[in-house]
Amino acid sequence: MRRILRGVHVPHSKNTAGSVPTRMPPPRFITIPLVMHIGAPSVCVVKPGDHVDVGQLIAEAGGYVGAPIHSSVSGTVREITSVMMTNGKPVPAVKIESDGLMTVSPSIKPPVVNDYDSFIAAVRASGAVGLGGAGFPTSVKLDIKDTSRIKEVIVNSAECEPYITSDTRTMIDRADDIAEGCRLLEKYLNVKKIYIGIEKNKPEAIASMRRIAANDPVVEVRVLPSLYPQGGEKVIIHNITGKVVPEGKLPIDVGTIVINCTTLAFIASYIKTGMPLVEKCITVDGPAVASPKNVIVPIGTAMSEVFEFCGGFKKAPAKFLQGGPMMGLAVFSPDTPVIKNNNAILAFDKDTASKPKETSCIRCGQCSAHCPYKLDPAEYGRALKANDVEKLIRLKVNLCMECGCCSYICPARIPLVQQNKMGKALVAEYQKKKKTEAGAAK
Amino acid sequence: MNEMLTVNVSPHIYTKRNTTSIMLDVVIALLPASAAAVIFFGWRAAVLIAACTVSAPLFEFIFDKIVKKDNTIGDLSAVVTGLLLALNLPASVPVWQAVLGSAVAIIIVKCLFGGIGDNFANPAITARVVLLLAFPGTVTAAVFPTEKFTDIISGATPLAVISGQEGTLPSLLNMFLGARGGAIGETSALALLIGGAYLLARRVITWHTPVAFVSTVFILTLLLGKEPLYQIMSGGLLIGAIFMATDYATSPTTEWGKIVFGFGCGLLTVIIRVWGTYPEGVSFAILFMNILCPYINRWTERKPFGGVPQ
Repeated sequence: MRRILRGVHVPHSKNTAGSVPTRMPPPRFITIPLVMHIGAPSVCVVKPGDHVDVGQLIAEAGGYVGAPIHSSVSGTVREITSVMMTNGKPVPAVKIESDGLMTVSPSIKPPVVNDYDSFIAAVRASGAVGLGGAGFPTSVKLDIKDTSRIKEVIVNSAECEPYITSDTRTMIDRADDIAEGCRLLEKYLNVKKIYIGIEKNKPEAIASMRRIAANDPVVEVRVLPSLYPQGGEKVIIHNITGKVVPEGKLPIDVGTIVINCTTLAFIASYIKTGMPLVEKCITVDGPAVASPKNVIVPIGTAMSEVFEFCGGFKKAPAKFLQGGPMMGLAVFSPDTPVIKNNNAILAFDKDTASKPKETSCIRCGQCSAHCPYKLDPAEYGRALKANDVEKLIRLKVNLCMECGCCSYICPARIPLVQQNKMGKALVAEYQKKKKTEAGAAK
Repeated sequence: MNEMLTVNVSPHIYTKRNTTSIMLDVVIALLPASAAAVIFFGWRAAVLIAACTVSAPLFEFIFDKIVKKDNTIGDLSAVVTGLLLALNLPASVPVWQAVLGSAVAIIIVKCLFGGIGDNFANPAITARVVLLLAFPGTVTAAVFPTEKFTDIISGATPLAVISGQEGTLPSLLNMFLGARGGAIGETSALALLIGGAYLLARRVITWHTPVAFVSTVFILTLLLGKEPLYQIMSGGLLIGAIFMATDYATSPTTEWGKIVFGFGCGLLTVIIRVWGTYPEGVSFAILFMNILCPYINRWTERKPFGGVPQ
């Protein structure tokens, strides 16, 4: 038996696993940021005063690594504004006033897909990005050209973050779409093996996926231990196939593609209906939320409106997250819009929002013992204090995926992830400087 | 909604365990040994335990006050140090010497090096060694359990007997239960093993160091024909292997490092016991390995997952 990578046992808090998603009515205004993916910002093609319908293109992909963006409501473009996103940087955004009618754009029709190129083009036109949270443009990930390089596809359904159940609901409610997605991959990408990897704390979803596997010999369900971060890309590749993705390489370099189950279901539904990515099922939960549930939200809806739809707050909120509590990002304002790759929004009350007081490192070694990548966060902290960049490089701080296991487990409550981020930034800066110096020397 | 929001780097949830709860677990794990100390060595043992567990945090409190640091005694680590020191002293040690030991452990070995986590040597062991050198008469005295148990043993401590002194070895059962001469908390193998099992179950320590330490001593003394079963239950071996060699700050953090550390402790213990002047070598062995700890950590660095050497 292969040894799986280490991690931490986080509380599951899957309070909403039984909550069938409800579609929320469109809010009066939506604000759609033009950066909802990794890559070039999308280029706006509408102007204030324009009328738009649901699914209508409002921004084109800004480059090969990019994705188009579509309107999630019908109504009138009010202004091209900017919003502060979770990284603290303002990004351009399109503000649309909804007419409440949700008129579907006449341009919506199923794409013609009959070979690899038309399949990739359709995925590109759909606006799909990694819906598990990463937001990497799906068309770029699938555009392998030489499909013989693909040894297997892993449908990432681990959903290892606490609270989040939106992928669980996809597996239960949209199993047909996932099955169809698998067939599309087999047909157009010539995939010979598909693993669906799920953490074992989702019995209903596992049963649902096993029904797919029963009808499709290519598909195999792999039940994984509930050990965070099971859904980390390199983690799930290792725990299912035993392969190690080397530093600086992509999963495809070891013959693997990892795709989130909701992303796959979306691609299948796009090819069936032609409706691009304009809404997202998200889990609304957290200790401050009155009635946690899964909600299908038009992209660009302010988080505050979604909380309102869930009955508001039972305790005064003090922290809002996009994503789960392990890797999710705290937002600066509750009016931050829901974007494509959100899978949850959480609200914490004062007691659960505050960061515990940091004490001295006792060298217990828990941070490195629980690091899936066998890194040494405590040592990075000491190297950082000594400004020892060479040591940070030698100890591979750059490999850190910021999963949060070290900070979670640290009995001294040292903000290790924050230190790792600082370490990574320091290394990047140092290597850039060395490169320019080397360039100048030539 | 107008109140300031908390914005911080992920993660946003934490395990319940903190430094204080870990130290509390160590104290709980030492309770059986403390109880055995009082049972076998009577009220003098209770006085020593009380003196050290009160004076150690007191010294830390005073030190923090003097150097204007935040008060850190709430983490209970000074209580652990005091308790371990007391359990490593024989009942013949006067209270003032024990309190002096606490001062050495806390002020010199711990606080002057930066406090919890920054000390390079185990405070309780270092203090015991200092007392041993300063007051050999009281610290190495062969003190035996109270009258209730004295009929079962006489003469020298088991280790001294194995080293060739006059006397008879206690039965293995008495060794296991703790009815033998020695420091108050080190004699009961049963009580120490219960504490060790608790620490393992609570995942405060891992098996690597204690198993490597004890099995090294067992195998080497077996090869040397030196009563291996008595060896592993006598002196401070079990309390050292379970509670002192697993001290976080002064032992390696990697699994292989812990094994190397335990092996080194075992090897040095046997060398001192068999060929050294002192009958007991656990304290010196651990202290010496404490000094090697940073090097062991460096030698046993793990290869990061997917890491490519430059």
